[in-house]
Amino acid sequence: MNDFATLVDWSRAQFALTAAYHWLFVPLTLGLSVIVATMESIYFRTRDKKWLATTKFWMTLFAINFAIGVATGIILEFEFGTNWSNYSWFVGDIFGAPLAIEGLLAFFMESTFFAVMFFGWEKVSPRFHLTSTWLTAIGASVSALWILIANSWMQYPVGMEFDPDQMRNVMTDFWALVTSPVAINKIIHSIFSGWALAGVFVVGVSAWFLLKKRNQTMTLRSMKMGAWIGLIGILITVASGDGSAKVVSRTQPMKLAAMEGLYHGEKGQAITAIGVLNPDKTFDNNEPTFLFDISIPKGLSFLAEGDFDAFVPGITDIINGVKIDANGDTINTIPYAERIAIGKEAQSLLKQYDEAKKQGNEVAMQQAKEGLKDTFHYFGYGYFDNPGEIVPNVAITFYAFHIMVIFGSYLIIFFIAILLLLYRKNLTHLLTQNRWVPIIALATIPVVWICSEAGWIVAEVGRQPWAIEGLMPTKAAVSNIPSSSVIITFSIFAVTFLALLVAELNILRKYISKKSQEDLDNSNN
Amino acid sequence: MTTYNFLQSYWWVLISVLGALLVFLLFVQGGQTFLLTEKDEMQRTMKVNALGRKWEFTFTMLVVFGGAFFASFPLFYSTSFGGAYWLWMLILIGFVLQAVSYEYRKKHGNIYGTRVYDTFLFFNGSVSTILLGVAVAMMFFGAEFSIDKANILSARPTISTWGPYHGLEAILSWKNLLLGFTVLFLARTQALLYFINSIGDEITRKKSAKALIVNGAIFVVLFLAFVATLLTATGYSEVTENGASHFVAEPYKYLHNLIDMWWVLAIFVVGVVLVLYAIVRSIISSQFTKGVWFSGIGTIFVVLSLFFIAGFNNTAYYPSLIDSASSLSIRNSSSSEFTLTTMSWVSLIIPFVAAYMIYAWKAINNKPITQQEMEQTHHKY
Repeated sequence: MNDFATLVDWSRAQFALTAAYHWLFVPLTLGLSVIVATMESIYFRTRDKKWLATTKFWMTLFAINFAIGVATGIILEFEFGTNWSNYSWFVGDIFGAPLAIEGLLAFFMESTFFAVMFFGWEKVSPRFHLTSTWLTAIGASVSALWILIANSWMQYPVGMEFDPDQMRNVMTDFWALVTSPVAINKIIHSIFSGWALAGVFVVGVSAWFLLKKRNQTMTLRSMKMGAWIGLIGILITVASGDGSAKVVSRTQPMKLAAMEGLYHGEKGQAITAIGVLNPDKTFDNNEPTFLFDISIPKGLSFLAEGDFDAFVPGITDIINGVKIDANGDTINTIPYAERIAIGKEAQSLLKQYDEAKKQGNEVAMQQAKEGLKDTFHYFGYGYFDNPGEIVPNVAITFYAFHIMVIFGSYLIIFFIAILLLLYRKNLTHLLTQNRWVPIIALATIPVVWICSEAGWIVAEVGRQPWAIEGLMPTKAAVSNIPSSSVIITFSIFAVTFLALLVAELNILRKYISKKSQEDLDNSNN
Repeated sequence: MTTYNFLQSYWWVLISVLGALLVFLLFVQGGQTFLLTEKDEMQRTMKVNALGRKWEFTFTMLVVFGGAFFASFPLFYSTSFGGAYWLWMLILIGFVLQAVSYEYRKKHGNIYGTRVYDTFLFFNGSVSTILLGVAVAMMFFGAEFSIDKANILSARPTISTWGPYHGLEAILSWKNLLLGFTVLFLARTQALLYFINSIGDEITRKKSAKALIVNGAIFVVLFLAFVATLLTATGYSEVTENGASHFVAEPYKYLHNLIDMWWVLAIFVVGVVLVLYAIVRSIISSQFTKGVWFSGIGTIFVVLSLFFIAGFNNTAYYPSLIDSASSLSIRNSSSSEFTLTTMSWVSLIIPFVAAYMIYAWKAINNKPITQQEMEQTHHKY
C-alpha cells in the first residue's frame, strides 16, 4: 500500500476512533440530562428530600460522564482541520456555519448552566437551579441538533453551488441545510436514541441496587422514570429510523443496499432478518450473497417505500444506473462508469477554467464554466477509476445495521417488560425478590451501547467512500501530512482514550457502590 | 467599502473578541501551573475549586473560537490546522486531559491518583498555553506553507502544503516562543489576581500577592520584548491592482499599522495601563482584590489591538515565509458573502449569551471560596 492510501486509511481510522469514543458518552449526556431534570422537577414540586438525594446521585454520574464527552468533542472539531484540511476549504463555507452556531447557541448554554447546576445548590434559588438543569439538558440537545445538521449535509449535500474562481463550494440556501429531510430524521433518531440509552443505564444501575437489596423505594422510582423515558426514547427512535430508511432509499440508495447486503433488487423485495454474508461476493460476480439467511418477504420494499410491491435497487443495479426518484418511481439514471467519465470531464474543465483565468482568456473561461455547470454534479466520481471503488464496506454496514435493528427491537420488549413488572403489583416481586430479572437489566447496559454505536457505524461506513456523498471522496479530503504522523497520533489517542475510559468506568463503579449508599441512607434519616 | 468587505471586517472583529476573551480566560490554565507546587492540601483544594468553576468557560471559548474561525475564515483553518499538525495536536491533547482532570482528580477509583490528574492540569496549563501563544505568533511572524487550490485536481489532492516538520519548527522559533511564554506568564499573573479575588483566605491572598511580584515582573519583561520584536518585524501588505491582489514585504509593518490606526493604538495603550495598574496596585495594597477585573479588561484590550494590527490595514494575518503569494488576508481567506451574512444574523445572539454568562458567573462567585465551604460542601473537585 502506498503512503497516500495509508494516510487516508489512518486518517479515517483516527476520526472513526474519536467519533465512536465520543459517541460512548454523548447519548448518555442527552438522555440522562433529561432524566435528572425531570427528577429535580419532581423534587421542586414535592420538596421531598428523597427526590433531592436521587437527583444529586444521578447528577453526579451525569457530571462524570459529561466531562469525558466534552473532552472528546473538541478533538472532532480540530480534526476537520488537522486531518481533513482539503475538506475544510472545499466545503468549509457550508460546513463551518453549523459548527460555529453550535458553539454560540449550545456550548455556552451547556457549560454555563452545568456550572450552576453542579455548584449552585447553595448559591442560587431552587427555581434558578431547576432552570439551569433544564437549560443544561436543552443545551445538550441543541448541540446535537446543529452537529447533526452538519453531519446530515455530508450525507445529503444541499443548499450550495460550486464557485470555480475559488475552487470550492459556497452556500446558497441555509434553510435547505436546516430543513433537509435527512437532518430532521437524523436529529430525532439520534437525540431520542440517547433517551433510550440513558433509560437502560438508569434501569440497569437501579437493578444493581435491587441485587444488593439497597434503597428499594428510591431505586424503584428511578427505575420507573428510566423505563418510561427509555420507552418513549426507543419508540421515537424506531419511528424516526423508519423515516430515515425511506429517506436513505432516495438520497443514498447505495447505503441502503449495503445495509441489506442487496446486490440485485426486485419488486416486492424481501428483507434479510438474519444472515451470514458470503465473503467472496462482489458486485460483478455471480456468487450467492449469503451463506445463510432468514428473510421476511416484501419487507425491504415496505421499509424503503411503504409499498410491499415496490422495487428496491441493489448494489449492482445502482452501479448499472437504476435508482428510485423523489416520487418513489424506479428510473434509469447514469451508470457509475459513465459518472466516472463525466466526473473526470468536470475536473478537466475546471483545470481548463483555471488555466484560462491565469491567461486572462475570458472566452475560454466562459466555455469551461458552461461545461462545468453540466458536469459538476458528478465531479466527485472523477476521483475514481472503476465502479467497484464506490461501494461501501458491505459486511460492516450489513452487520452493524442488523445488530442495531435486533438490539433495538429487544429494547422495546425490555422497557415494556420492566414497566409491567413495576406497575403490576403481583409481578414486582420478580424485580425485588428474583435475581434473574435484575441481572438481565444489568446485562442490557452493554447491549444498548453496542446498539447505539452500531447505528453510527451504519451511518458513517455506509457513506463511504465519500466524505460528502457524491461530491468529495475521503481521499480528496485528507490533509497533506505523513502517514507516520497520523499513526502516532492515532496511537496516542487510543492509549489515552483507553486509560480515561478505564478510569471513568472505575469511578462510576466505585461511586455507585459506595457513595450512593451513603447519600441515600442519609436521606432516609 | 463593499458589503462583503464589511462582513469580512465584522467577522475579524468577532474572531478578535473571541480570541481576546480566550486569552483572558487562560487564567484558568495559569492557575493550574501553581497546583503541583502548592504543598498545603487545603490551599490546593481552594485553588482547584476556584479554577474548576471556570474551566469550562475557557474550554468552551476555545471550541467556539475554533468553530467561528472555521466558519468565517476556512482557508486559515484548512492551512494552519492541516499544516501545523503537531502544534495543534499537542494543544489538543492538553485540553483533552484537562477536561477530565477536574472531575476525576479526587474521585474514588480514579486509578491513577490525584497527583497524575494534577500533572495533567499542569501540562495543559503550561504546554497548551505556550503553544497557543506560538500558534498566534505565526499570525505575525509567518509560517512555511504554500497554497494551490487547483491542487484539489491532482492525483494526490492537497490544497495547502506545509514544511516537513508540520508545526514542530514553529515551536522551536524563538519569536513564537517569546509570545508563548508571554502568554504563559500573563496567564499565571491573571491567575494570581483571580485567587486574590475569589478565595477568601488571608494566607492565599498573601502568598498570591508575593508570587505576583515575580510572575508580574517576568510577564512585563517578556511582554516588552515581544512588543519590541513585533514592532520591528517585517509584515506583508496586500496590494490590489486591476482586481488582483498580491503581497509585498513591508518593514515595520505592525508599527505602521499602529500609527495608521490611532484607535487601535489607543486601545493598546489603555489595555497595557490597565494590566500594569492591576499588577502594581495588587502588590502594594492587600485590601485591593479586584485586580483581576482591571487586568482582565486590559488583557482583552491588548489582545484585541494585536488581532486588529494582524488583520486590518491590508495586512496578511498569516504570512507565508516561503511563498508570499500564499499569505492569508481577511479578504482572500474568508467565507462567501452569503455565509458571512447568515452567520452575522446568528451573531446577534452574542449579547444575550454574554448576559447570561455574566449572570451565572456572578451567581456562582457571589462569595469568595473559604476553607469552611470546602470542608462542608459535597460539590467540589
